[in-house]
Amino acid sequence: MEIFGVPSALLGSQLLVGLINGSFYAILSLGLAIIFGLLNIINFTHGAQYMMGAFVAWIALNKLGINYWVALLFAPIVIGALGVVIERTMLRKLYKLDHLYGLLLTFGLALIFEGIFRDQYGISGQSYPVPELLQGGVNLGFMFLPIYRGWVVVAALTVCFATWFIIEKTKLGAYLRAGTENPQIVQALGINVPLLITFTYGFGVALAAFAGVLAAPIYQVSPLMGSNLIIVVFAVVVIGGMGSIMGSILTGIGLGLIEGLTRVFYPEASAVVVFVIMVIVLLVRPAGLFGKA
Amino acid sequence: MQTKKLTTLACAAAFAMLSGAASAQISGNTVKVGVLTDMSGTYSDLAGAGAVLATQMAIDDFIAEAKPEFKVEMVSADHQNKADIASNKAREWFEREGVDAATELVTTSTALAVMKVAKEMNRITLMSGPGSTPITNEQCTDLAVHYTYDTYALANGTAKAVTQQGGDTWYFLTADYAFGQALERDSSAVVTANGGKVLGSVRHPFPASDFSSFLLQAQASGAKIIGLANAGADTTNAIKQAAEFGVTPKQALAGLLMFISDVHSLGLQSTQGMYLTTGFYWDLNDETRAWSKRFFDKHKRMPTMVQAGQYSSVMHYLRAVKAAGTDEAGKVMAQMKATPINDFFAKNGRIRDDGRMIHDMYLAQVKKPDESKYPWDYYHIRQTIPADEAFLPLAQSKCPLVKK
Repeated sequence: MEIFGVPSALLGSQLLVGLINGSFYAILSLGLAIIFGLLNIINFTHGAQYMMGAFVAWIALNKLGINYWVALLFAPIVIGALGVVIERTMLRKLYKLDHLYGLLLTFGLALIFEGIFRDQYGISGQSYPVPELLQGGVNLGFMFLPIYRGWVVVAALTVCFATWFIIEKTKLGAYLRAGTENPQIVQALGINVPLLITFTYGFGVALAAFAGVLAAPIYQVSPLMGSNLIIVVFAVVVIGGMGSIMGSILTGIGLGLIEGLTRVFYPEASAVVVFVIMVIVLLVRPAGLFGKA
Repeated sequence: MQTKKLTTLACAAAFAMLSGAASAQISGNTVKVGVLTDMSGTYSDLAGAGAVLATQMAIDDFIAEAKPEFKVEMVSADHQNKADIASNKAREWFEREGVDAATELVTTSTALAVMKVAKEMNRITLMSGPGSTPITNEQCTDLAVHYTYDTYALANGTAKAVTQQGGDTWYFLTADYAFGQALERDSSAVVTANGGKVLGSVRHPFPASDFSSFLLQAQASGAKIIGLANAGADTTNAIKQAAEFGVTPKQALAGLLMFISDVHSLGLQSTQGMYLTTGFYWDLNDETRAWSKRFFDKHKRMPTMVQAGQYSSVMHYLRAVKAAGTDEAGKVMAQMKATPINDFFAKNGRIRDDGRMIHDMYLAQVKKPDESKYPWDYYHIRQTIPADEAFLPLAQSKCPLVKK
C-alpha cells in the first residue's frame, strides 16, 4: 500500500521516529518553558546543560563505574545542583533587569561550558554503550524498533506528564504558579519565594540533564551536541507559547512528527520545517499556539 | 695604514651589501606561514590544534635542519568553517601582517575563498584539510597546492574496492552541501564504472544529529552497501545509529571520508570491518611511526592524514623558499613543482600543473577489537593505490592551466 507514492510501512516507521525525536523536544522544551514561566529568564544554557548531563553519565560510567540507571538520577542531581549555584550567585541579580541580560548571561555560560568540554574531550565525542537490559530491538512488521528508542519515548513522556501534574494539580505547583503571578502576596503568606525560584531553576536544569542521559547512548557524547539541538527546541517553545507547560509538551511531540514526515517527502527541508512553522504561527498567533495573549 | 683601513672598510661594505642582497629577496627577512583552520567546530579534531602543532613542528625541524638566514614565523586563526571569515582573515594577513602562505583550510568553501584572495595578492595556498575536486579543476590557480586527499581519490579507493568485492548495489546518505554532493557524484561514477548499481540517495541537512529517518530509507532500499557521503560528527552519528536500527550488519556501511579520529571516537566495536581510504596511517612503517610518536607526545593523539599532510606541505614549502632564495610566490611555486617530495608522508610525491599533489593512497580496513594489540592500532592496510591511479587523470582535468 502506498500513500502519496510512499510505502505505508516507511511512513509508519517515519512517524514512529518522529515520535522519538518529539519526546526529546518535549522534555527539553518543557524545562525551558518552566524556567521562562517562573523566572522570566530565557535559559540559553539549556543546551549546554543537556550536553553536560550526557557527559556526567559518560564520566560516571568510565571513571566511577556508575551504571546507566543510577546515572539517570545522578546526572540530573549533579547538573541541577550546578544550576542552583548559577541561580544563587548570578541569575538572581538579573530578575529586575531586561530579559536581554539573562539571555546574555546564560548564552555566555553556555559558551564557557562548551569550551571547557571541548578543551578536555575534543569535538568528535565519546561513545556511550546502550545499557544491557535495553539492547536489541523488536520487529514491528513495518520497522525494526530498537528497544532503547522505545524506552526513551516512555521515559521522556512519563517525566513530562509527571512534571505537568506537579505544576498544574498539586499544592506545590499552585505555590509556584502563584509565585509567578504575584510574588509579594505569596511571600506575605509565608512562603519562601526565592527558595521556590531556586528550586524551579534547578529542576528545569535537571530535566535538561535527564534528557542528556537519555541521549547519551543514541548520539556521540560531544561538546556541541546541545547547541545543535537547542535552536530547534527554542522554536518549539515559541510555537507552543512561552511559559505554557502542556503547550511545550504537545508542540514538542507534534513538531517531531512533522519533521519525521518532512524527512520522507522532502528531506532537504527537514532542518527548516520547524522554523517555517514558527514564522507562520507567530504571524497568526503571536503568543504561540497555547500561550495566553 | 690609510689604504689598509680603506680596504677593510670597502670589504666590510661589500660584504654588507652582499648579505643585504641575499636577504632582500625574503620580504622583511621573515617567512610567515598562516594556519587558517577550524579550531572549535566539527573538524577541529581532524585538523584544528593538531594542524597548528604540525606546522610548528615543521618550522622547528626546518630551522634545525637548514639553519636559514631568514626567520620563520607562524600565525594561526579559527575560520569557523565560514568562507567570509576565512577570506577576510587571509586578506588581513596578506595585506598587513606580511603572511607568505595561507595553509590547511579544512572545509572546501573556505579553501576556495582563500585561494582567490591569495591569487589576487600573489601569495601561496597550501591545502591539507579540504576535500572537493573543484580546487584543482574548475577553480584551480597556479599558486595553490591541494596536498593530502580529495573526493576523487576517496571514491576511487573505497567505492572501487567495495564494489569489486561484491558490494554492487549502493544507496547514499549524503550531506547536503558542496562536499557531500561532490563525494556522492564521484563515488556513483566509480560504482557504475565497476559494474555496480546506485539504487538511490537521500540528502540530509548539514550538520544533522538524528539519522534514524535517513537510515530507515536506506534500509528500505535493500541496497547491499550504504555509502556515507559526509564527514566528521555526521559520519560518526550515522554509524552509531545504523548499528542501533539493525541496518548493520545486514547491510554494510562504506565511510567515504573517515579519519582515524572518527574511528578512535566511535571505537572498534562499531567500526570494525569498514573500508576507508586514507593518505596516511601512523603505523605504516618506521618513518611514519617515528614522526607520529613525536606528534603524539605533544598532542596525546595520533595524527590524522590532514595533520601529517600539513607538516609535509609546510616543510616542502620552506625548503622551496630556501632553495629559491626568495619568498616571491611564483618562484617558490616553480621550485615546489620542480622538486619531488620524499618524506615520511609521501614517497616521490609531486605537484602537478593543476596544483594536485599526487602520492600513494591507502585502502584500509578497520580491525576487529581482538585484532588491535596496542593503543591506536586500528587499520589493516589492504592495498596501496599508486599515485598515478589514485587521483583524477590530468587528461580528464577541467583545470585551464593543464596543457592538453
